[in-house]
Amino acid sequence: MGPELQVGLYVFVLAIFVGFELITKVPPTLHTPLMSGANAVSGITIVGALACAKAGEGTIANMLGGLAIATAMVNVVGGYLVTDRMLHMFTKKDR
Amino acid sequence: MSDAIFLAYLVAAVLFIFGLKLQGKVRTARKGNMVSSLAMLLAVAATLLKINQNTGTGPGQLIPPAWIFIIIGIVVGSLIGAITAMKVQMTSMPEMVALFNGSGGIASSLVAIAYFLLNKNLGTETTLADAPAIFGPSVAVTLALSVMIGGITFTGSIVAYAKLAGKITGAPILLPGRHFLNFGMMASVLVIGALLAFVVPGNTMVTIFLLVLLFMVFALGVLLVIPIGGADMPVVISLLNSYSGIAAAMTGFVLGENLLIIAGALVGAAGLILTKLMCKAMNRSLANVLFGGFGTADSKGTSGKEGYTNVKEASPEEVAMILEDAQSVIFVPGYGLAVAQAQHANRALQTLLEERGCKVRHAIHPVAGRMPGHMNVLLAEADVPYESLVEMDEINPEFKNTDVVIILGANDVVNPAALTDKDSPIWGMPILHVHEARTVFMVKRSLSPGFAGIRNELFEADNTLMVFGDAKDVLQKMILELKEA
Repeated sequence: MGPELQVGLYVFVLAIFVGFELITKVPPTLHTPLMSGANAVSGITIVGALACAKAGEGTIANMLGGLAIATAMVNVVGGYLVTDRMLHMFTKKDR
Repeated sequence: MSDAIFLAYLVAAVLFIFGLKLQGKVRTARKGNMVSSLAMLLAVAATLLKINQNTGTGPGQLIPPAWIFIIIGIVVGSLIGAITAMKVQMTSMPEMVALFNGSGGIASSLVAIAYFLLNKNLGTETTLADAPAIFGPSVAVTLALSVMIGGITFTGSIVAYAKLAGKITGAPILLPGRHFLNFGMMASVLVIGALLAFVVPGNTMVTIFLLVLLFMVFALGVLLVIPIGGADMPVVISLLNSYSGIAAAMTGFVLGENLLIIAGALVGAAGLILTKLMCKAMNRSLANVLFGGFGTADSKGTSGKEGYTNVKEASPEEVAMILEDAQSVIFVPGYGLAVAQAQHANRALQTLLEERGCKVRHAIHPVAGRMPGHMNVLLAEADVPYESLVEMDEINPEFKNTDVVIILGANDVVNPAALTDKDSPIWGMPILHVHEARTVFMVKRSLSPGFAGIRNELFEADNTLMVFGDAKDVLQKMILELKEA
C-alpha cells in the first residue's frame, strides 16, 4: 500500500464514522429529504468526471467523461432541488 | 494541484459535513441542504479552474475541443435534473430518488472507465501485467470496485424505479436457481475485476475486459433487485443510496482525491443507517430482504382473496355517521394513500373533524410507503401539521383509547398476525396496534393481500369494517356526508 492509499483509507473510515454520528439521530420525518440530499452529495464524482473529460483531446475517454458529467449533474442538480422542494413543505408553516 | 484549489476542496469537505449536520433537524434542514449544495458548487468551480490552468486553444478554435464535452455535459445534465426535480409529484418521490441514484452510480462507473482509458496508454507497450505498475495495485483494485459498485447501483436503481413506477410488476420476480446464478455472477465479476486489476493480457484486451465487466455488473444489478418485492423497497432504495456513495468514494481512491472519499463515505454511512433502520422496522435481516424473495407463493401463509368468511363492509356514509360522534380518530396512511393521491383529501377530513372537537392524529409506521419517511413527505405536502404525525412506539399505547382508526391503503404494517401467528412470514415485525381501537375502518380497493401476499386477520376482526374503494374517493364522500351532518 502506498502512502496515498493509506491516508485515503484513514480518511474513508473516519468519514464513515462522522456520517454515522451525524445521521443516527435524524427524526423519521426527515428520512426522505435526508436520503435525496445525501444522494445529491454522491454526485461529487462530477469532480472526477470533469478531470477525465478534460485530459486528452477528443478521445473516447473524453466522451465518457462528458457523459459522466451529464449523469452526475442530473444527480446533483435534481437531488438538491427536489430536496429543497420537500424541505420547503416541512418548514413553510414556521414562517 | 495548487494550494488554492486544495484549500477550496478542504472547505467543500467541511461544508458537506456541516450541511449534513444541519439536515438532521427539521428547523435547519433546508439551510443544511443549501450549505451542502454550496459545497458542491465550490468543488465544481475549483475543479473547473484546476483543469483550465493548462488548456490552450489551437489556431482558429474558440474553445479547446475537450471543453465542448464539458459544457454540453453540464448544461444537458443540469437541465434534465432541474426539470425532473421541479415537475415530479410528491407521490412519485421514491421513483425520483431511485433514478437520481442510478444516475450518480453510472457517473462513478464512467469516470473510472474514462480514467482507465486515459492512463492505460501512458506506458509504451502496455500490457495488463503492467497495469498495476502504471496505476499501482491499489488504484487498479479501486478502479475495478468503482466500475462494479457504480454499475450495480445503476441498473439496480433502474429496476427499482420500474417497480415503483409500476412499469414492471412490484411482486418479486424469481428466476429458477437465482441464488446459484447470482452467486456465480458475483464470483465471476470479482474474478474479472481482479484480472483487470492485476493480470491484463494485452492492450486491446483491457478494453474488452472492461466492457465485459460492465455488462456483467449491469446484469448483476438487475438480478439482485428483481427478486425483491415492492414492500421491501424502502430497504433497497436506502441500500442503493449507500452504494452510490461508496462508488463515489472508490472513484476518489482512483483519482487520489480525498474530497470524493469524504463525500462518498458520508453518503455511504447515511444510506447504511437508513437501511438498518428499515430492516429493524420489519424485523428482518438485510440478507433476508435481499435474498428472501419475500411474499411469493413459496412463502408461508394463506394468500389470495379466498379464505375470508367474516368480512363486514361499511359505506363511506356509514363511516361518516360514526365519525360524527367520535372523540378521537387516528389515520394510518400507507402506500395506497400515495397511489390514490389522497393526502389532500385526508387533510380536509382532518380539518373537518378537528373543527368538530375531535382529536386527530396520524400513525406513521417506519416502513409505510416505498421509501423511508415517504408518508411524512406526502402529508407535509398537504399541510398536515408536524405535531399530528406520531411515530409507531408513541402511538401504539394510544390505540386502545381511540374511537376510530381509519386505515388508508396500509396493510402489512397493521396485520396482527405479526403478533399472534408464529408461522406467519411477518411474525415479529413491529406493527401498529390498530386492532385495539374501538372501531377500525379499513379503506382498501379489495381484499387482495399486500405486497407481502399475507392473509390479514384484521379484515375479519369483530371491530373491523371494510370500506372498499379508492382512498381519495372514499375520503371525499366522507367529507361530503360529514359536512351535511
